[in-house]
Amino acid sequence: MTRTRRPIQARPTGRAGQRVTQARVIRSEWTKLRSVPSTAWSLLAAVALIVGVGALYSLLRVTRPPTDPAAVAAFDPTAVSLTGVQLAELAVGVLGVLLVAGEYATGTIRSSLAAVPRRLPVLWGKAVVVGLTTVVLCLPAALAAFLVGQSILSAERLDIALSAPGVARAVLGSALYLGAIGLLGLGLGGLLRSTAGAVAGLFGILFAPQLLAGLLPEAWSDRIYPYLPVPAGVAVTAVQPDPASLAPWSGFALFCLYVAVVLALAAWRLRGRDA
Amino acid sequence: MIEAHGLTKRYGDKLALDGLTFTVRPGMVTGFLGPNGAGKSTTMRMILGLDAPTSGSVTVNGRPYREHAAPPHEVGALLDARAVHPGRSARSHLLALAQTCGIRRSRVDEVVEAVGLAGAARRRAGGFSLGMGQRLGIAAALLGDPATVILDEPVNGLDTEGIRWIRSLLRGLAAEGRTVFVSSHLMSEMALTAQHLIVIGRGRLIADTSMEAFIAGAAPSLVRVRSTDPASLEAVLRARDVTVSGAEDGALAVSGLSTDQVGRLAGAAGITLLELTAQQPSLEEAFIDLTRDAVEFRAPTTGTLTTGGAQA
Repeated sequence: MTRTRRPIQARPTGRAGQRVTQARVIRSEWTKLRSVPSTAWSLLAAVALIVGVGALYSLLRVTRPPTDPAAVAAFDPTAVSLTGVQLAELAVGVLGVLLVAGEYATGTIRSSLAAVPRRLPVLWGKAVVVGLTTVVLCLPAALAAFLVGQSILSAERLDIALSAPGVARAVLGSALYLGAIGLLGLGLGGLLRSTAGAVAGLFGILFAPQLLAGLLPEAWSDRIYPYLPVPAGVAVTAVQPDPASLAPWSGFALFCLYVAVVLALAAWRLRGRDA
Repeated sequence: MIEAHGLTKRYGDKLALDGLTFTVRPGMVTGFLGPNGAGKSTTMRMILGLDAPTSGSVTVNGRPYREHAAPPHEVGALLDARAVHPGRSARSHLLALAQTCGIRRSRVDEVVEAVGLAGAARRRAGGFSLGMGQRLGIAAALLGDPATVILDEPVNGLDTEGIRWIRSLLRGLAAEGRTVFVSSHLMSEMALTAQHLIVIGRGRLIADTSMEAFIAGAAPSLVRVRSTDPASLEAVLRARDVTVSGAEDGALAVSGLSTDQVGRLAGAAGITLLELTAQQPSLEEAFIDLTRDAVEFRAPTTGTLTTGGAQA
């Protein structure tokens, strides 16, 4: 350069330290997450579904309490109060999808990747933000759903204490499972780059394997069923595990492995393909 | 400083860029011109490391873009004014970009102010006009106080005041010693802003020249001269070995002589002049001539559109 540059306005101070770091990208992604209305709506829907559906289902069950001893023994008050998690996963998964597919739809991805040319910190930043936000909001929601549900069920003495074996783990597991679903949506959004495609992919992964397994001969389907994504993932949310399913934490670990594979594919595509 | 070397991009069997080599120097506004589909945006995306070239390389301020530790300080770019989440406010959009490399919040307010969006900064960008979107995109480009500024069609959608603002902004940035690279498909706009021109068509370099040289070489400048005695004047001027052609109103179009020279020659020959004007060639025409063979999409002659009834 032949001429010296003069700043257009006061130059940002401390510029030497101004490099792109993962922590800064996480802050940036947090700003992006909280600055669009769709995020608030998805998270509000998730919380409302967890608490609302749990309370409604508890009310439903308390009006028709189990009578015969076998049914009483099989009654799982924790599962009843946490029914809403099965619906909240759709809202959380869609939030994950929107976070990245939305950037492709609007073209914002180009500014994001121009600001962070190594690219992968953007994906990891989104993963941290969506994972933590989901768990931090869904854990109190699951706890509230549990407490509300148990107070409803206590009318027929069907309730269970949080301190009972496996109960606290199921409540915590529900929030962790939803966090992982958020990451699954994020990975699918990054892999497919289209909102419609990724939402379809999300629903496919959540529902299709169980349906397809049901078409197989029973001996086969019984054997593979515990290893399918959702049956493996929800093992951690159940107090009384299905004898056929995996142990709670091993099931959840397997589900996290599936999510990690999808995220790795998204990372590979983000890294290699033109934006 | 932007240095492109043999940039080539192939999409399937279509060659979007074909061995493009050029240098964009600091301290001046360089216009990047070409018809639609010439490869301007592809080139700009490659400079920013968004698209990978099939072969060739491009560096900004001496390094490939991806190797810069703090890209917003090196290069500020506006690629697409519509590329903002419609539900996000202008300020949040800029803040998220600023945070990736620790730029202060107050700098966000500064650039918002500088582009004239202060009143709209907290409104959702989805409600912005194209012109406001361009201003937001320029604010984003200026966030990191970059040494190199790259703007893709920044005057699109701007009103007259906005266009004048862009012109003075670009000249100001260049005067500060920055590299300013601006694409456009409008020659007339570039003529008022750029000091250097890079013209491409169908992915190939057509011209890499100063604006002055482009204007001078575009077409011979003509002198229009009308006199009481066109025939004698023509004879006097022809003797000077220049081309003279007659116009329908008795005027002569002279190339190869200045107005001063024509006037003196006429005076020496005692011919009374009624009109003597210098006619600059239209830059738009010169540009069209230059890129005539490189236009990708061209409308058929108007006749085919109006006689289509029988074919339908």
